[in-house]
Amino acid sequence: MTRVITVLLALCLPLSANALNVFSCEPEWAALMEELAGDNVEITLATTAFQDPHMLQARPSLIAGARSADLLVCTGADLEVGWLPLLLRRAGNPEIQPGSPGNFMAADYVRRIEIPTNVDRSQGDVHPQGNPHIHLHPRNIERVAEALVDRLAQLDAANADSYRANAAAFLERWSDARDRWEERAAPLAGMRLVSHHRSFSYLADWLDLDIVATLEPKPGIPASGAQLSRLLEQLSPAPPAGIIRAPFENEKPAHWLSDRLSIPVIEMAFTVGGNDEATDLFGLYEQTIAMLENYRE
Amino acid sequence: MLLTIGLPAAAANAQASGDEVAELRQMIIEMRDDYERRISELEARLDSAERETSRAKRDAGEAYELAEETAIQQTSSSSSPNTFNPAIGVVLDGGFADVGAGWEEIPGFQPAGEIGTGETGFSPGEVEINLKASVDTRFFGNATFAIVEEEGEVELEFEEAWVQTTALPAGFSVMGGRFFSEAGYLNDFHFHADDFVDRPLPYQAFYGGRYTVDGIQARWLAPTSLLFEIGTELNWGGGFPATGNAETSPGAYSLFAKLGGDVGASNSWQVGLSHVSADAVDRAGGHAGEEEGGLFSGDSDLTIVDFVWKWAPLGNPTVNSFKLQGEYFMRSEDGRFADLPYDGDQEGWYLQGVWQFAPMWRVGLRHDMVDADNGPGLDGTELEDPGRSSRRSSVMLDWSPSEFSRLRLQYTDDQVLEESDSVWYLQYIMSIGAHGAHQF
Repeated sequence: MTRVITVLLALCLPLSANALNVFSCEPEWAALMEELAGDNVEITLATTAFQDPHMLQARPSLIAGARSADLLVCTGADLEVGWLPLLLRRAGNPEIQPGSPGNFMAADYVRRIEIPTNVDRSQGDVHPQGNPHIHLHPRNIERVAEALVDRLAQLDAANADSYRANAAAFLERWSDARDRWEERAAPLAGMRLVSHHRSFSYLADWLDLDIVATLEPKPGIPASGAQLSRLLEQLSPAPPAGIIRAPFENEKPAHWLSDRLSIPVIEMAFTVGGNDEATDLFGLYEQTIAMLENYRE
Repeated sequence: MLLTIGLPAAAANAQASGDEVAELRQMIIEMRDDYERRISELEARLDSAERETSRAKRDAGEAYELAEETAIQQTSSSSSPNTFNPAIGVVLDGGFADVGAGWEEIPGFQPAGEIGTGETGFSPGEVEINLKASVDTRFFGNATFAIVEEEGEVELEFEEAWVQTTALPAGFSVMGGRFFSEAGYLNDFHFHADDFVDRPLPYQAFYGGRYTVDGIQARWLAPTSLLFEIGTELNWGGGFPATGNAETSPGAYSLFAKLGGDVGASNSWQVGLSHVSADAVDRAGGHAGEEEGGLFSGDSDLTIVDFVWKWAPLGNPTVNSFKLQGEYFMRSEDGRFADLPYDGDQEGWYLQGVWQFAPMWRVGLRHDMVDADNGPGLDGTELEDPGRSSRRSSVMLDWSPSEFSRLRLQYTDDQVLEESDSVWYLQYIMSIGAHGAHQF
């Protein structure tokens, strides 16, 4: 991640004109971009692993970052609905507007799960286009990488061959790693877990984990005392293996329930940079599986 | 004897064992052939099994891909005429107020439209309806209407209706129509996004709550990693402090500049400098359209300095966050008021802090004041020098069970008039429909 030019380090200097400027909404896409493009891009990253990509504001540094971007790589599926449309209007940059080649939404290329049949806010902050936290299923990473390399080649034809070579090498390593992870994680199937938000649904889908409950009563609605008491009662007869949470989620509800059920809180990296081991996408997956293995019943 | 008998017997034995060896050899050859046949049969079966497996794997892979493709197509394509409906957001903003004596005018200031404490009692307040969408590849459109009841009459207020370019190169964008001016940090926020029930006093005194421009705005964002933006607005409309005119030249113009960035992962900041210059002709004050009091004709020059600083641990406002903002207004007016010579200076400022101390809960403190120095000779008019400044201190507590709802209790120690007063508000703000924007 050393090449990631984070907005917080940036001084008042014009951004580099040589490389492709990429504005990435989430760390996982910045990491994928590193795999595909290496030194050919300069990346402005909007969120760290410690920030909820849904709750961001269109703050000045992000508007400035989007101003000079040639390519915007975000999740889409309404994850950034609160700030990205405003950011794009403020950025004065036609290259990355919706519909332009410079506007890439990863969720358009994967099979989304948890698509609600009935969309009403009485169901919480539901996403009509399904669960947007797509990056913890390795097949999704593959599909996004395939689509993203096409987009890179389109935008920067001069370096297209290098992008394609990087992508081929990455996908080969990735599919080998996937086979290895699937074999290693086979005993995790059926592991019962509680999650804070529906942040790990794709991971559960992939590894056949059983997310028995979420601490939030409804998506985006903070856990209340009543909800926690209900969970305590519901889960006491057969406590799950642990409570998984992302670094940006409020730790208090998880610890409250963990103390009473005598089960661990499993601090997942959630995305690249979420802890010291999750330095790239491979590290993120290795670490994610290792964390679950540690707490398997 | 034994020997003679034994020899032929041995010979016969030798003959017999020679046959057996041949037989055994034959058997071994047969067995070897048999095994070899079986082995090659097994090898062939293994080969075909391997082929089957790899074909099955490939089939499974293809089936997975096909299933994914289908699922992706199903999840990403939905085609019906209402897909093109604009995003519709409705905000319900009302509540209960106990304003004491209340006020509608600030001493020393020409009344600037809908300002003041409001009335004691329950009010369903304002229903704001916002429509927005991309027009095409080059324009974005936005319209906001507010439905309010004024003294028994239901009114539809036309708050905003603008189009903005999205395809201009090099950081330029142009907006046209009716819009909230960028002069002043708080001005282009909708009222329901404010952290207190009412606008700070300088906004009420100098803008009548907010400054609306009927005209065009052009802005340019510099290609730097620190935000630097400049812009200008030309106003042909009558939004206070300007007056509408039928001239081809605008009645007011504004200039604004913003600078902003981050400090570490936890802090973000922005500072702004703006100027609004109006050439007023018979500018009236008054409330709800009724024109009363003196008219102002002359030059009105307003300068605003603003700043906002936001903090959250590692930039994550899930549990705790803090926001500090302040603005300073300075205005100079020169001309005639109520047919009297008038050369006055006014100023005002507010400073507020909002602390989110737990998920869903925030508490805020604000102090705001305005002061007029209008000179002598205006006794008996609205601009008569009050000899004191108007000021208030407010504290608020709000609770937001989700991103879409907020309940707020606010207390104000109100010293706008000579006699100080206690003002209480209980406000609800509910958003339905399209997701609101997280404006910085």
